[in-house]
Formats: sequence, structure tokens, C-alpha cells
Amino acid sequence: MTVFIIRRLLQALLVVFMMSVIVFFGVNIVGDPVYMLVSPDADQADIEAAISRLGLDRPILEQYWLFLKGAAQGDLGNSFIFGEPALKLILHHMPATMELAFSALFLAIVIGIPLGLYAGLYPDGMLSKGIMAASIFGFSLPTFWVGLMLIMLFAVELQWVPATGRGDIGSFLGIQSSIFTLDGLSHIFLPALNLALLKISLAIRLTRAGVREAMGLDYVKYARAKGLSTRRIILVHVMKNIMIPVVTVMGLEFGSLIGFSVVTETIFAWPGMGKLLIDAILQLDRPVVVAYLMIIVLFFVLINLIVDILYSILDPRVRLQDQGA
Amino acid sequence: MSDATAHPALSAGIPAKVETPFQRFRAEFFESKIATVALAVFGSIVLLAILAPWITPQNPYDLAQVSVMDGRLPPGSEAFDGYTMWLGSDGSGRDLYSAILYGLRISLTVGLASGVIALLIGMAIGLVAAYAGGRIEAIIMRIVDLQLSFPASLVALMMVAALGKGVDKIILALVIAQWAYYARTVRATALVERGKEYVEAAQCLGISRFRIVFRHILPNCMAPLIVVGTVQTASAISLEATLSFLGVGLPQTEPSIGVLIANGFEYMLSGRYWISVFPGLALLFTVVSINLVGDHLRDVLNPRLKK
Repeated sequence: MTVFIIRRLLQALLVVFMMSVIVFFGVNIVGDPVYMLVSPDADQADIEAAISRLGLDRPILEQYWLFLKGAAQGDLGNSFIFGEPALKLILHHMPATMELAFSALFLAIVIGIPLGLYAGLYPDGMLSKGIMAASIFGFSLPTFWVGLMLIMLFAVELQWVPATGRGDIGSFLGIQSSIFTLDGLSHIFLPALNLALLKISLAIRLTRAGVREAMGLDYVKYARAKGLSTRRIILVHVMKNIMIPVVTVMGLEFGSLIGFSVVTETIFAWPGMGKLLIDAILQLDRPVVVAYLMIIVLFFVLINLIVDILYSILDPRVRLQDQGA
Repeated sequence: MSDATAHPALSAGIPAKVETPFQRFRAEFFESKIATVALAVFGSIVLLAILAPWITPQNPYDLAQVSVMDGRLPPGSEAFDGYTMWLGSDGSGRDLYSAILYGLRISLTVGLASGVIALLIGMAIGLVAAYAGGRIEAIIMRIVDLQLSFPASLVALMMVAALGKGVDKIILALVIAQWAYYARTVRATALVERGKEYVEAAQCLGISRFRIVFRHILPNCMAPLIVVGTVQTASAISLEATLSFLGVGLPQTEPSIGVLIANGFEYMLSGRYWISVFPGLALLFTVVSINLVGDHLRDVLNPRLKK
């Protein structure tokens, strides 16, 4: 077991290192950030001063070496635009993204699971067919387009909720978040719903498949024979069994929620990490782009590592297979 | 596939022995009304995009034909040059109907090109993995697994952040984001096929490895590849639109559907919905119709569901 974990840790480190090479060299080849930073009427001396101040006059290998040395000490470089450490900028924007991602996950669970349960229990009903058709749309509609439609319907036409920005921030149990104020909730509703749509469809499909499979199994028949009410069979026995895979998958999808939030944040002008990334790409703010991508890579590698380790504990075959390969 | 002349009832009535696999496939495919309609919709979209220069009132990127006087006109307005703008016009006075058809050409080209290239690369790598086995297979599949643990949208975003804007770069980014899906599919199917008797028979006949892989195993892997290909092409089109909408995909000089939607976004809050909504609907019809066709192809081509 320890050997397995060490192997996986080394692999994870290797992945992070490889991604740092790809990301750093990739990002540093595109465009010339200096011309976005100096004023248009700057002379050659000003431009050269800016280049050396940003460290861009050094060979790229040396730049990468400095980046690695800094990264090992938790310093991912300074933003070209803001002059602040890139890591600090990203951490400053992270709570807004996390809040959005958690709200979306919450919506996906409270909307998706009951709808999936219904569709699984009455697969031939009109409503169930409607739910499943809607879930196909949830999968195939591009997120940004749905976001536009949500803005048009709820913010422009009906004017129920504001279209953009983050609302007032409240504090509860020491956690600062906009979901603790009414204004904040009205701001987060649309972006969270937009981000959640894909996951709602996923939750519907997983729950429905689980319910349909479980309803034919012996333990359900036995519970019926014992005289338990349908309500109790479904809510206690069936739900308990199908929740494990559904919750696992939804948890795994959390990483992709953070990834997708790039799109949602741009549409709804949500001040999170994703919006920071897009702005940084457009302004050629390389250190911020590199830092964001490295953090996301780290995030995914960690999630996968945890899942791998948990699975190897739950299912020893995974571990044995890995040693065989 | 696109010639819809086959009558389902007719070909279903023909005795099984004279029915070729393709005829059977065609008959089964057109059994589904939704899939037939979806294929017709997608066919019309492709046709409209190809015919764009001949059926649109203006070339939206020829500055001589575009007048700023026509800017932001609502649907049905009459343009300065006398024709009617049935879908309205955008911020710089382009007729939206023309702009959408021209935009579809770019979106479809990017989606299909990246789909085909990713399919060829993924197929080759997957076949190599399945046939080489051992250490090579282990390394290839580790890379595939690793890549599939990141969402394709994130990989594509990383790539455009590294590569920059442009049609060639976005195609490259989409290929990098998608090859692993094909490689995984081909390898899984090829592994199953490799164990079958006909491969053993071919080996006994002394046919070269190369020939066995490409002439015997590959054709039998086509069914799942086609299914993955349709779904991935739809997602490539939608991914390109997303990246272009974010401003990191195609530049303004290559206005795909995503760029058109992004341009209209700024007018949306002031109630000029049509600049974003009509290109959005075009994207929607394209992506959903491909997905519906792919969904049905999966059912038709799956041997386990054969009656």
C-alpha cells in the first residue's frame, strides 16, 4: 500500500513537472507582452528597460530555471500588469470561484437527483420523457449560449435578478461569502444555474440509471414482500444504494466545475479566477496565465491522486493491477 | 449517407441474404424519425454554408458591400442597398443572415478538420498501442488516461493560451484536446478484435503484421470510431465557439459563429437580442443535430442491440 502511494505520488510529481514545462514554454512563446505594457510613444531605451525589468532579456531556459526555483518556494512570479505576485492575485480571486462552484454543485444535486429519481421510477411517463429530452439538451448546448439566454430571459426581459457581478458579501461562522446576503444570492443565482446545467443533466442520468437498475433487484422485492411502503423502500433502501456512485461522480466533477467556471465567469462578469485567466491571456500577462494553469493542474492531479488512493483501499485489485503493469 | 432515397419500408422488406450490411444500416438508421430529421437539418446547414456566396445578399467581409448606416437594424429592416435583412444586422452593419452563413463555413471547417485530424492521429496511436502491447502500450495508455483526467475544454483552453489565436492554432488546440478519446476507443476495440479467429487465421496465412492491422483489424474498429467521431466533432464545434466567445479562439478577421455571438453580447443588455441570438440558434441547430445523429448511430452500430 505504501509502495503504491509513493509510486502514485512520484507519478503526480512527474506530471506536474511535465505540465510546467509545456505551460511555461508554450505561454512564453506567444506574442510580445512588452508592447502591451509600455506606452505607444516610448522610445527604444524605455522598451529595453521594460524588457530587462521583466526579466525577458534572459535566455528562456534561464527564465524557466528561475521560475522553477521560485515555484519551489511558493513564488510563481509577479504579474506584468498589476505588479503583484501572481499567486496572491489568484488566491484573492479564488473564493469567488469556489463559492460559484459549490453553489453549482449544490444546485446540481438538489435539482438533478429528484428529477432523475422521478424519471427512473416512471420511465414511460410524459414528464420523464420530457426530463430526459431536457437532459440531452443540457449535454449538448454550449454553456456560454445557455448563459446568454439566461441573461436575456431573467435579467433583461423579466428583470428578476441582476445580470452581472457579485453582490454584497456577508459573513457566517467566519466564512465570507455572498451567499449569506439576499443581494449576494440574487447575483449568484444565474451564474450558478448556468454552471450547474451540465451537472444537473449528469445527475439526472446517473440517478435514473441507478434507480432503474435497483428497482429490479432482490432486495427491493424482498422489502416489498416484507410489506414496507413504497415510499420507505425508495427513500431509504434504494436511495442509500444509488447515492454512492452518484455522489462519487459528482465529487469528481468538482474539478471540471472549476475549469468550466472560466466561461460562466466571463459571461456574468463574476470576479473569479476564470475571469482573471481570460483577462491575463488577452493582456499577455504571462506569469498569471502560467500560475493559474499550474494551480489548476495541481488541483486535478490532487483530485485524481486522492481518488486513486481511495479506490485502491476500496478495491485491492486496482493496486495489484498497477504493480503488474 | 446523405442521399435519402432509400425507402425504409422497402429495404426492410428485402430478404436478408441480398441485403448488404450498408443497406441494413441505412434502413435501421432511417427507422428513427428524430435521427432522420436531425440528419436532414445538418445536411441543410452544411449545404447552406457551402452555398453561402451564392445565396446571401452581401459578402459580410467585403467592406465595399457593408454600410455602417445599416448598423444594429432589427430583423426585417430594409438595408441601404435595398434588400431586406430578415435577421437584422450587427454592430458594424453586416447583414446577419449573410454573416451567419459565412460564419458557419469557418465553424464547420474548424470542427470537421480538427475532428478528422484528431481521428487519424488517435486511431494510429491507439492501433500501435493495441498491437505493440507491453511497455509501449503501457506508456501510451498512461498518457491517454492522464489527458482524459482533464476536461477537454480545459486542455483546449491551455493550448490556446500557449498557442495564440488563429484558425490553424485553434485546430491544433482542438486536435490536442481530442486525440485521446479516439486513441482510447480504437485501442479498446482493437484489443477485442485481435483475439478473434479471423486474426488468427490471417496470422496462420502468413499475412504481414502491418497488413493485418490496417486491412483486417481497422475496418472492424470503424463502428465505434464513427460514433465517437460524430460526438467529438459536435463538441469541437461547440468548443471552438466557446473559445472564440471568450476572445481567445478565432480573431475578428475569421468570424466564426462564436465570434458573431461574442460581438452581439455587448448589445444584448440593451435589448438588441438578435445580434447574439440568431448566430446562437445556428450553433444550436448544428451541435444538437450532430449529437442526435451520433446518439442514434450508437444504437444502430452497437452489435449488442441487434435484433
